[in-house]
Amino acid sequence: MSAITEEWDIEIKPKSKLFDLHLRDVWHYRDLMWLFVRRDFVAQYKQTILGPVWHFIQPMLTSIMFLVVFSKIAHISTDQADPIVFYMAGNVIWTYFSTCLTNTSNTFTANASIFGKVYFPRLVLPLSIVISNIVKFGISLLLLLATMVYSTLVNGYSFYFSWHWVFIPFLVAMMAGIGLGAGIIISALTTKYRDFTVLIGFAVQLLMYITPIVYPLSYLGGKKYGIIVEANPLTYIVEAFKYCMIGQGTVTLNGMLYSFIIMLVMLLVGTVIFTKVEKTFMDTV
Amino acid sequence: MSNIAIKVESLSKQYRLGDIGTGSLAHDINRWWHTIRGNEDPYLKIGEANDRTRSGSSQYVWSLRDVGFEIQQGDAVGIIGRNGAGKSTLLKILSRVTAPTTGSIKVKGRIASLLEVGTGFHPDLTGRENIFLNGAILGMRKHEIKKHFDAIVDFAGVERYVDTPVKRYSSGMYVRLAFAVAAYLESEVLIVDEVLAVGDGEFQKKCLGKMGEVSKGEGRTVLFVSHNMSSILSLTQKCIYLANGQLVSDGATSDIVDLYLSNNNFVKDVIYTAEPKETIPNIVKASVVTKGKNSTHICGEDISFKFSLHMPYETTGMCLSFQIFDLKERAYVYNWLFDSEHNFARGKGIHELECSIPNFKLYKGRYSITVHLAEQKGKTYFGNIENICPFEVEMKENHEWGWPEEACAMLTDCKWLIKSE
Repeated sequence: MSAITEEWDIEIKPKSKLFDLHLRDVWHYRDLMWLFVRRDFVAQYKQTILGPVWHFIQPMLTSIMFLVVFSKIAHISTDQADPIVFYMAGNVIWTYFSTCLTNTSNTFTANASIFGKVYFPRLVLPLSIVISNIVKFGISLLLLLATMVYSTLVNGYSFYFSWHWVFIPFLVAMMAGIGLGAGIIISALTTKYRDFTVLIGFAVQLLMYITPIVYPLSYLGGKKYGIIVEANPLTYIVEAFKYCMIGQGTVTLNGMLYSFIIMLVMLLVGTVIFTKVEKTFMDTV
Repeated sequence: MSNIAIKVESLSKQYRLGDIGTGSLAHDINRWWHTIRGNEDPYLKIGEANDRTRSGSSQYVWSLRDVGFEIQQGDAVGIIGRNGAGKSTLLKILSRVTAPTTGSIKVKGRIASLLEVGTGFHPDLTGRENIFLNGAILGMRKHEIKKHFDAIVDFAGVERYVDTPVKRYSSGMYVRLAFAVAAYLESEVLIVDEVLAVGDGEFQKKCLGKMGEVSKGEGRTVLFVSHNMSSILSLTQKCIYLANGQLVSDGATSDIVDLYLSNNNFVKDVIYTAEPKETIPNIVKASVVTKGKNSTHICGEDISFKFSLHMPYETTGMCLSFQIFDLKERAYVYNWLFDSEHNFARGKGIHELECSIPNFKLYKGRYSITVHLAEQKGKTYFGNIENICPFEVEMKENHEWGWPEEACAMLTDCKWLIKSE
């Protein structure tokens, strides 16, 4: 059988080309992605009494804490916004990013038992995490709206409603992109050397302080360490989110472009590293 | 167009032993340095065959080395070999859980692998939710699962519990549900590890039946790994025999199983030896003699047990007895030699004793013996030696219904009288 060229559906080889990302495979497994989203959501609140209400309690308590520490004690300006609305808005978008990042960053270690037994495109799992966090983000967005109503009725601020709200999905997508990209890069690195798992815990916390969450970007105007915050691609997304949502924030085209390019690079690098690692990670995890 | 479904070409898999730490970081850096200069991975040249019993000099072992074979479409193929022969590694590579170090595998059609039942089952989700989740993990689309949903529930026999979280299931129900999902996979190639070791006998039979149906009826290719020679014999027509990561032989199942049984030997040293004691009698050597090579007893053949007894003094009342236990420490046979019945070991020195059992029909399984030594006269117990002389019993002929695990302890000769009205 010399001349016959045969058609093979699957070829298992030690190494694949750098950009062989089998994204078509991921598409084929889209049902699995939704089921993982469902599983995350359903399983998390089985046998809890408050269930999804916990999604309200977490950002609420954090925002109140921010209010006390940064506004009442440290007297950091929140520009024209009601402090509680300001902190809530920052919190909502930041929580989305940080959960995306931390949850995707342990993809390999947390799912080793499934990955060790059956093949499916591993990328399905971090994608499902990002999606299921969108649901949680949606819930906390409702809380933000409720806070804005409260602020209008009780604190006397005017309710901010604008057509800019249509940009929010794009901003969330960019947040998701950076969170996912960074998360899968870290998950790929942690398969062999676990040092990064230790790092990620406090890195996310520190990262929050160089992102304008508890202060507006305008607050840094002219301060010399402001450059650190300006170099952070998350800064522009957070500011844009606040601008669209509550009408407070600084949006520049250059800043958005910078964030967007960083997101693309991280996603590309992340996917390449991730698909390279997923082939053999079971030997080292 | 040939009918080859799976083509494995010089497949190798190297593993690194020991911890991952600074040592492996140094190797990684060295490897990376070689790669960017365009050289070959320096660690691929070293490495040893994966013999776990001996300590080797290399940190790298070859779990599989240059394995190549072809599998025709629609064949049911068994993979056999001792523990550590590379069976699981081969299955892992085939199911794409890990990639090979060198070599390649080419497959026609979809592969569904069942290295474990119930992969991804979430204890808090209901049976229904888990069927969908597990099916999707195994590569099914939602509409395919929907199509087979009733059949799956029916096959598993859990209709009443389908909306209860699976953590409330009995372990049997859990396994049945998990296998049922896998049984309805629509894939061209099905890979099954020893998942049938769980579940009750009735269900095992059902699974084996289903697997047989899959390979014979639907023209699917089935790869099956098991230590259970009877299921291998009843389910597969062809066999691949691996030892120390290398292909020993492949061919018709019955030939390969014979070869395997005659080569098979235990890792544990089967001959017990001890130094003679100055003050009390003791057993200095014990061994089991089987017809099959390396202490594999074929059910129905003769077997004998040899003991060397050292006597430091003269006595007239020795008792020696031994029990045959299975791996679960259940005693099956008790044999003894009492001086009161048969004088033995009365003088000083070494005495050789042999107990032979003709046509010994112990059922298949793994066994070992425990020897007791005592002196009747002085009512002194010299203690026992536990779990020595391990041996394995294999059934030779292929039984029509297969030989289920632990169906009985022994077989006996019997006669049937049949009258027809």
